[in-house]
Amino acid sequence: MSEFTPPKAPAHIRQGSSIGQPLTRRDGFLKVTGAARYAADNHPAGMLYAVIAHSSIACGRVSFLDVDAARGHPGVVDIMTPQHKPELAMDPDAKLHPFMFRMDLLQNDRVRYATQPIAVVIAETLEAATEGALLLAPRYEIETAAVGLDGAESFVPPGVGAGNPAAASKGDVQAGLAGASLRIEATYETPSQYHNAMEPHAIVVAWHGDTLSIDMPTQGLVMTQSRIAAMFGIPPEDVHIRSPFLGGGFGSKGLAAGPQILGVMAARMTGRPIKLVLRREQMYGPVGHRAATRQTLRLGADGEGSLTAIDHHAKTTSSTFDDFFEPAADVSHTMYASPAIATSHEAVRVNTGTPLFMRAPGEATGSIALESAIDEMAQACGMDPLAFRLKNYAEVEPISGKPFSSKALRQCYAQGAERFGWATRKLEPRQMRDEDGMLVGWGVGTATFPALMFQGQARAVLRADGSGVMETGAHDMGQGAWTALAQIAADGLGLEIDQVEFRSGTSDLPDAGIAGGSAHTATAGIAIHGAGADVIAKLADLATGDERSPLFGAGNTGVLARAGRLFRRDDESRSETYGDILVRAGLAEIEGRGSSAPDPAALSAYAMHAHGAVFAEVKVDPDLGQIRVTRLIGAFAAGTIINPHLVRSQYYGGMIWGMSFALHEHAIIDPRSGRVMNPNLGEYHIPVNADVPSIEAILVEERDPYVNALGIKGVGEIGVTGSAGAIANAVWHATGVRVRHFPITLDRLIERR
Amino acid sequence: MNRFDYIRPATVSEAVAAASVPGSAYLAAGTNLIDLMKGGVVRPERLVDVSHLPGLDGIEHFPDGGLRIGALVRNADLAHDADFAARFPAVAEALLSGASPQLRNAATVGGNLLQRTRCAYFYDVASACNKRTPGAGCDARGGQTRLQAVLGWSEACIATHPSDFCVPLVALDAIVEIEGRSGRRDVPLESFYRLPGDTPERESVLEAGELILAVRLPGTAAAFAGHARYLKVRDRTSYAFAIVSAAAALQIESGRILQARLALGGVALKPWRTRAAEDSMAGEITGPDTFRRAADIALADAQPSGDNAFKIELARRIVVRALSQAAVGTPKRMPALPASPFAAVSGAITYV
Ligand SMILES: Cc1cc2nc3c(=O)[nH]c(=O)nc-3n(C[C@H](O)[C@H](O)[C@H](O)COP(=O)(O)OP(=O)(O)OC[C@H]3O[C@@H](n4cnc5c(N)ncnc54)[C@H](O)[C@@H]3O)c2cc1C
Ligand code: SF4
Repeated sequence: MSEFTPPKAPAHIRQGSSIGQPLTRRDGFLKVTGAARYAADNHPAGMLYAVIAHSSIACGRVSFLDVDAARGHPGVVDIMTPQHKPELAMDPDAKLHPFMFRMDLLQNDRVRYATQPIAVVIAETLEAATEGALLLAPRYEIETAAVGLDGAESFVPPGVGAGNPAAASKGDVQAGLAGASLRIEATYETPSQYHNAMEPHAIVVAWHGDTLSIDMPTQGLVMTQSRIAAMFGIPPEDVHIRSPFLGGGFGSKGLAAGPQILGVMAARMTGRPIKLVLRREQMYGPVGHRAATRQTLRLGADGEGSLTAIDHHAKTTSSTFDDFFEPAADVSHTMYASPAIATSHEAVRVNTGTPLFMRAPGEATGSIALESAIDEMAQACGMDPLAFRLKNYAEVEPISGKPFSSKALRQCYAQGAERFGWATRKLEPRQMRDEDGMLVGWGVGTATFPALMFQGQARAVLRADGSGVMETGAHDMGQGAWTALAQIAADGLGLEIDQVEFRSGTSDLPDAGIAGGSAHTATAGIAIHGAGADVIAKLADLATGDERSPLFGAGNTGVLARAGRLFRRDDESRSETYGDILVRAGLAEIEGRGSSAPDPAALSAYAMHAHGAVFAEVKVDPDLGQIRVTRLIGAFAAGTIINPHLVRSQYYGGMIWGMSFALHEHAIIDPRSGRVMNPNLGEYHIPVNADVPSIEAILVEERDPYVNALGIKGVGEIGVTGSAGAIANAVWHATGVRVRHFPITLDRLIERR
Repeated sequence: MNRFDYIRPATVSEAVAAASVPGSAYLAAGTNLIDLMKGGVVRPERLVDVSHLPGLDGIEHFPDGGLRIGALVRNADLAHDADFAARFPAVAEALLSGASPQLRNAATVGGNLLQRTRCAYFYDVASACNKRTPGAGCDARGGQTRLQAVLGWSEACIATHPSDFCVPLVALDAIVEIEGRSGRRDVPLESFYRLPGDTPERESVLEAGELILAVRLPGTAAAFAGHARYLKVRDRTSYAFAIVSAAAALQIESGRILQARLALGGVALKPWRTRAAEDSMAGEITGPDTFRRAADIALADAQPSGDNAFKIELARRIVVRALSQAAVGTPKRMPALPASPFAAVSGAITYV
């Protein structure tokens, strides 16, 4: 283990002036009044509409497009096809690094998944473009599609998720299983789930000579900027992207999607600004999805209920042409203590769009299986599921043996259980009924998500009028970045939040890193924090080096910034406003910069994760099998909470997503054609209001001195994990039926009893 | 090009004349038809917008307790009409269990009767569908069949009729008033729909140009008001079509059933009334034995049309439950979750 000293918050920061306040969303007013401008709300002069024609087969080639019919339609300006399209500077099938995903940009007539773009019709109106796309009436040479988890030969992928090895282990799992007094083996299936953000992928784009002006929702301004620049052979700084608001991202908007690049191509070809917005059904292919998994868990336990082995194997699907492998088994690396752990993956290539990150990728799919299996093992041991989890509490990260940077999971279990009333739970299933005769079940699940951080930058300015500016190209996907980051900025500058102009959401600002991996508040926040410290230090230099200042001679660390003034640390009666310091120095403003990056020493010394415990109550009709979640309580520990109001919203959203995972969400795929048959929000079920019960999120106090200078862990994804398993376990507890196929639908309960 | 004529007639006879031209379709609220047109599933050449026709949006009450509901009455207005809901509580409950508040505020009575199946292959123009294109084949067979029919289906079509409203209506002897070129006629709802057979494209007995004017419920049907329920099992608590549903209505005297009414939804290409099951209950004591026997009779001819055998068992259980609920009596107030197995769950808020 390497030497490591925890980062210290700069001396001038007083926590809790803005940080920690439950501010309401600062952009809320804009949103409820409709004034917030989303990408597709833009209409540059002379703009044309582009509509994608997509494939209705999953495998084969396009043999004919009636381009003449489409071109003849009034209002149609041009039609992009493999034969007629602008040159690209880069092969859309090139893959120079793992985060470069192959795109379908009409490079040929092959069809590799249903809903793949096969042409783009450009017209004066949306209606004309839509009709033109219909008139193309494609004909195909159809080949048999590979569909589903058994649809092709399986292989061991080169890596899973964002570059994890496909297999990992510690100890001797076979020996652990052989020596166990109790063993279980169970196989769980999770379905394909598709990204369905309220705002579909969209782009409004104009070329000005060789520079690009783009409105598009993105979770990764700088990565998207460089990807687009490379596709068209122009310098990244000539691509100007505005992305002030996203109507949801969840991993699908981290990287530029093929359809958005098609919009840029259409603008290139026509020389006019273009608007291209995906239709809802076009979301079910080219913009990523959560791949189906089949996971087998083998657990062993000794006579005391201590795990002796965890073997977690996951099979998943990927596309025929690119690599993304849902890292479902990896959640077993961090959850429960066991002397022997093995995780492994296999995959099949089928005719789908390439899977991608979807809120808690790997953790969500893996956790519902692991949490179910842990419950099955607790039952085999005759133990209360919470007691069993505590018995197998991981004091150090199980796979690596590293200490946790912080882990208040015990408190999460305790506070959640207390609030839920877990202590009165009956051990055996099917023991509880409500006054109407409904079966009642209680389940628990452990939540976890890594505390990640990427690289980011920020620029701070203090102005002679006493106000401040903070700039970073961060992304507000609805999670509240405009608010939480402004709170960090205000504290960083020692100003009230309303005195700080917070600039964000465009590619011309300092790179705030990608808004993914629940790492955005940490990444952008630490950069902001650093920029604040930098500019304050410069200001302090001015003051303490100037004999006319009351702070003269205090030295750099001897001052404190608060409410727009610098104070002498040893004598707070001596202070001066920022404005006075700058004016005396003859400066209109002063600038500072900050950056953030994960600390390799800390990473190698500590395992860093957020944790939580979710408790669910479900009711199940004993005859009809209809299921309703009636209570959901989650207790989460995720380090410093910048804004408890927004954090609670993140947990609620995550927990509802977990409910969706357990009970609702799945793509209904035709087994023969490989097409998604429910590509719309009427039939692709997610919970509606009536499904969502009373939800509570408890914010468990946790201070983490190691993750970063502010102790921030992520909160965006953890809510999904644990929740899905808790609900699945509650359904078992209510009914005595263990459904291992998700979502749990009532037919599986009907058929089993 | 998806060009069509749009006609807004001023009278019923103008409407009928306009719609008698082949390729015409009536447009009411359009919550179903416009979706189908946008998806290219249907392409009428002429839309005859009846939504402004005078005189079709009222509820008339008759002295014998029966009533006449104009074809343009909105689903929500009907469900919230206190007199109507008091006399036909199961119908009101069925209406409120359908779709979402927004849709119910728009959707009309006539449109509800004639809404098309939700079979995914019917909606998907890239799939073969005999209903959409006669003789093309049926891609639902051997495909995703979980929600397809278990009664009255044919090799040509295994789809279901999705309406909730129609299920208690058919149980309560509703009559459809129709106006066509050759005048006006009444058709019992029970014989209004056709089973798919070899011609799944022919869904009802309506002839070209015929317009639904109203739906009538006879006074005798109001006699079931004290013991009438609709029960709808679905994949989520609200805003989902029925997997299976049932309307049950009883007249009970000293614990004995004088008359029973029973219809199933989500099982066939029409709301499925089952008279043999009804007859089996007449004169019997209310209770599980009577209801189970009725359920067995109701589902005696059921056959899975694919991977949906569970619906048959589910339907039996729903029948027993709906009859049991009806025997207990109609609740005084509309449940917060109408027609839901969780209807009784306490909670002041109605979300649905
Ligand atoms: C997302 C969604 C969920 C839904 N969920 C449910 C549900 O759970 N339960 C349920 O029962 N329904 C549900 N519906 C269906 C809804 O009830 C129907 O769409 C609605 O009742 C149709 O009424 P409309 O007035 O809009 O008809 P339109 O769409 O205007 O017309 C439908 C059909 O009826 C014909 N038509 C209309 N009026 C007449 C008339 N007077 N004479 C002759 N022909 C006529 C039209 O030509 C057309 O073929 C749902 C719909 C949607 C979109
Ligand atoms: S079941 Fe009926 S509606 Fe569905 S595809 Fe087959 S023919 Fe068409």
